[in-house]
Amino acid sequence: MRALISAHGLTKSFGDKPALNGVDLEAEAGTVLALLGPNGAGKTTTVRVLTTLLRPDAGRAFVAGVDVLRHPGKVRRLIGVSGQYAAIDDYLTGRENLEMVGQFYQLKLQEAKRRARELLKWFELSDAANRPAKTYSGGMRRRLDLAATLVVRPPVIFLDEPTTGLDPHSRLMLWNAIAALAEDGTTILLTTQYLEEADRLSHKIVVVDRGQVIASGTSSDLKAQAGGQRVEVIVHDRASIDAAARVLSSVTGSEAEIDRPARKISIGADRGVLTLADVGWELGKRDFEVDDMFLRRPTLDDVFLRLTGHASEATGAPPKSGKAS
Amino acid sequence: MPELFARTGDSVEPPSYSEIARAFPNTWVMIKRNLRTMMRTPEVFIFRFIQPGIFLLLLFYVAAGAIKIQGTGTTGYRDFVIPGVLAQSVTFATASAAVGIADDMSKGMVNRFRTLPMSSPAFLAGRALADLLQTTVALLALAGVALAAGWRANNDAVSVVEAFLLLILASFSMSWIGALIGLSVRTVEAASSAGLIWVFPLTFVSSAFIPVQTMPAWLQGIAYWNPFTAIVQACRKLFGSPEFNNSGPWPIQHPVPAALLWSLVILVIFAPLAVRRYQKIDR
Repeated sequence: MRALISAHGLTKSFGDKPALNGVDLEAEAGTVLALLGPNGAGKTTTVRVLTTLLRPDAGRAFVAGVDVLRHPGKVRRLIGVSGQYAAIDDYLTGRENLEMVGQFYQLKLQEAKRRARELLKWFELSDAANRPAKTYSGGMRRRLDLAATLVVRPPVIFLDEPTTGLDPHSRLMLWNAIAALAEDGTTILLTTQYLEEADRLSHKIVVVDRGQVIASGTSSDLKAQAGGQRVEVIVHDRASIDAAARVLSSVTGSEAEIDRPARKISIGADRGVLTLADVGWELGKRDFEVDDMFLRRPTLDDVFLRLTGHASEATGAPPKSGKAS
Repeated sequence: MPELFARTGDSVEPPSYSEIARAFPNTWVMIKRNLRTMMRTPEVFIFRFIQPGIFLLLLFYVAAGAIKIQGTGTTGYRDFVIPGVLAQSVTFATASAAVGIADDMSKGMVNRFRTLPMSSPAFLAGRALADLLQTTVALLALAGVALAAGWRANNDAVSVVEAFLLLILASFSMSWIGALIGLSVRTVEAASSAGLIWVFPLTFVSSAFIPVQTMPAWLQGIAYWNPFTAIVQACRKLFGSPEFNNSGPWPIQHPVPAALLWSLVILVIFAPLAVRRYQKIDR
């Protein structure tokens, strides 16, 4: 497979503040690469370098085989870019926004109009097509912004935090659009703070923190790094926790971790649900009162915690408000 | 649905034209975009048309009627001040460009344009040319107010048209200063103040509103060589104003070439600086 996006040793400082500290990444043709990391990890800076907006202090970058630093003009004809905030002209209507972008790609006016109509329809914006974009909701703006990146059907697309601050309906719609694009063979690099999003949309995940790549692989590779599945048991009576932990250890033959305040016992479960069943059977036989018991698969949160030593800043549901700094 | 998107090897690669071949159509699209935006922002009209109009009427009726300013001639202050007001309205082009571009920066439009296969001066040229059209309309509206208030030019139509062309050229040059400001500041508010703050010193330390001979000696030197004085003087001369007074250094004696030269110098310095800045934005 051919890498359509690649970066080697990207370094960039702003003043004496390092933003990138030797970033390497590669996305093969027709795949989705997720750049995952907390705020300030260097995700946006990496995208800015790859999309010709920023020159790195050192390193090389290629898009579709074209050297980004030597031939930025050529690269611009091959990429669609959707920045962290929707770049929409508020005073133009949705239709005018898309037609303008088409004309900047040198499409003929008729072609630009036709394409704008198609895209507005696909992104369910036809009804709002003739309204100024400033009347659009956050989700509509994002959709229009994504539509603008697809005007010429570029083979490579960059999406910087495409779903930050979106309502669930718009987020789902964007996810579907991204999946459809990927299915059609577009190579996509997206950045996200949401582990769930990276897991769901991408073929490969690159985890960045403090300007460096700290892990990469498929989401199952990364989960394997965080260890296997675990059985967790919450006992009703705190006094019984040590006795229960001994039972768990004897069933699985491994050391149990005890979280006393939460009344939680956690233990490695090589045999998955079978271990869970065994544990349940043994505890029940001995009349332990158990509030809850479940099999926990490692999440990317665990991966993140393990790799960075600090928790991801955006676990769980995406925040409601749009603009982060 | 699928036909909307790229299949591998089936992308619609946009036609590749040379930088020059793209420059004109790109600039044209950008002009249209800026004009649409201006038409839909009523604040622009207040700022560019109503405010200078009120200023003109105040000087015309309040100041000129009440004060006889030393150094003005027989027709008095009204004839003296009209070219000053017209020329001052031209300086607002700087703030207009600065604010428009800072707004595009803060909303991410500049980044979007910079990732499109566009000619790089087109964004700024489109702004400057749209501002030029706006200035032209503002000047005509102001001239209409002045005419209605009883002001008349005392020269042939060609000279009067030349005066307006000179003002429009000056506006075009000043837009590029505004472009550089808009690309350099962080907020729209900063662009607005940076685009306006020098307007009053520039226009008051010139022959626009106050005769230079009445200023302290050290200020006279600045005022005589102020580019703005050359523009105002050139208008007085081309309007055939009885208040045209050519005693002073070279720019005062030859205001039309001086004004032309000043505008071109500003353009030649600031346009490349602004384009370079646009290409190297790092935020």
